[in-house]
Amino acid sequence: MAMDVRTKRGLGVTLRKDAWWLEPLFYQCLFGGFVVYATWAALNPYGPNGKAYYEYGPYLSPMFSPFFNPDWLHKLPAWLATPALLVLWAPAGFRGTCYYYRKAYYRSIFMDPPGCAVGESCVKYQGESKFFIFQNIHRYFFYVALLFIFVLSWDAILAMMWPVNGIGPDNHSNLGPKEFGVGVGTIVMALNAYLLGGYTLGCHAFRHLVGGGLDFLRVKKNNPIRFALWSVVTKLNERHMQWALVSMLWVGFTDFYIRMCAMGVWHDVRFFGFINKIGHIFGAAT
Amino acid sequence: MGKVHMRVYRGNSEGGQLKDYNVQAEEGMVVLDVIHKIQATQSSDLACRWNCKAGKCGSCSAEINGKPRLMCMTRMNEFKEDEIITVMPMKTFPIMKDLATDVSFNYEINKRIPPFTPVEGADWHWEQEDVDRVQEFRKCIECFLCQDTCHVLRDHDKMAKFAGPRFFVRIASLEMHPIDALDRTALLKNEHGIGLCNITKCCTEVCPESIHITDNAIIPLKERVVDKYYDPLRILWNKVFGK
Repeated sequence: MAMDVRTKRGLGVTLRKDAWWLEPLFYQCLFGGFVVYATWAALNPYGPNGKAYYEYGPYLSPMFSPFFNPDWLHKLPAWLATPALLVLWAPAGFRGTCYYYRKAYYRSIFMDPPGCAVGESCVKYQGESKFFIFQNIHRYFFYVALLFIFVLSWDAILAMMWPVNGIGPDNHSNLGPKEFGVGVGTIVMALNAYLLGGYTLGCHAFRHLVGGGLDFLRVKKNNPIRFALWSVVTKLNERHMQWALVSMLWVGFTDFYIRMCAMGVWHDVRFFGFINKIGHIFGAAT
Repeated sequence: MGKVHMRVYRGNSEGGQLKDYNVQAEEGMVVLDVIHKIQATQSSDLACRWNCKAGKCGSCSAEINGKPRLMCMTRMNEFKEDEIITVMPMKTFPIMKDLATDVSFNYEINKRIPPFTPVEGADWHWEQEDVDRVQEFRKCIECFLCQDTCHVLRDHDKMAKFAGPRFFVRIASLEMHPIDALDRTALLKNEHGIGLCNITKCCTEVCPESIHITDNAIIPLKERVVDKYYDPLRILWNKVFGK
């Protein structure tokens, strides 16, 4: 008698006929690609002659913000002495313990399970009750991530303050007065702060903290502000996956954009600075 | 519709195998109709559990082409004309006969959950938003497809340590109930093993009632467990303010 199909077990064993393997493959490529790029970008903050690749005038890459470059950092091996080391642990911790990412990497990286109703390797399973119990730290990473939203929003505001004396060969702003200007980079950075805000504020832990932990949401008994907050966070939480993925990709793109400008590959177009200059020309003509 | 090629599991606790049937399908049929037609015309001893045929009783759970689904809610016109349609009993539960499984494990778990216990002298008037939150959980039809697809039960056989998504939904409906007096977080952590859940959301994907099992029940319960056992600041706060 043939083996009973019902009792078959093992990695990938399933009767599903759809392309269930596409989802884990997609995430492996996406996360793998992002981790490789972020690691490379973090470890390569400088170009030839100490030229900064993490900034271009008023633009600062989110992978290096808030920017710290203490002396002790340069006592580390040269390949590791990057200011990003002092920054990236926080977003990496927040995303790594995020409930959405957990679902995605348990499925695609750990194959536990690789898909719904798809068999997995039968190693001793402990879920999040033993080693992965550390995932419960997520709310603390959320507190740090919340600070980052303010920092990155401030960076986007600073990205509108262009140095009148231009940008030096090392890509730092030259000393002197600043003028208002909006370039493509400013919009890229502002969008980055917005997308990270949508992702961070839709966090499951935040949803619990603002009101989800209460038995009475609305109320006579509790502060109605908490209900309002819970409602907003719930709305964001419903699209947590989309916010998570788009914001992750946009962080990568923001760094890439600034790096390309810093390397001189791309030329940053300034809208308002350009309009101001036209205004000056017309003003002078009349 | 023309003839359809069905491959249905036939067997019992001692073993079984897939058996092929060619059935004349008609317009508007669902998989359960075809199973009934097989019973009526080819194998009168084919066992399957069903009741309402309207997606509300949760009896006809099975695995159709490998996916946990209700047979009565799976339309035949979803499949390609020449496709072989495989119908299996739920894998997680012991088989009784053919497509009927023994789901009594779930009723045993249910008995271990302390029922709704109102606060003494409670104000029974509460706001619509609070009703809505727990009402979602009461849509559950106990089809146990979530239990079937949950890999903690399905692949790791943690029946002794893990209650499963259906019962996290039930506990959520009680824990978030505005006038329930009991605290079931210790039970969740110790007896019902919520820590074993790695939130891969398969339960949510298969729920025919579209209950947001993971986002609205399991994760909020996990966060309540964190409050009580893993968040040092929260534990300190609760000690200082006597909560």
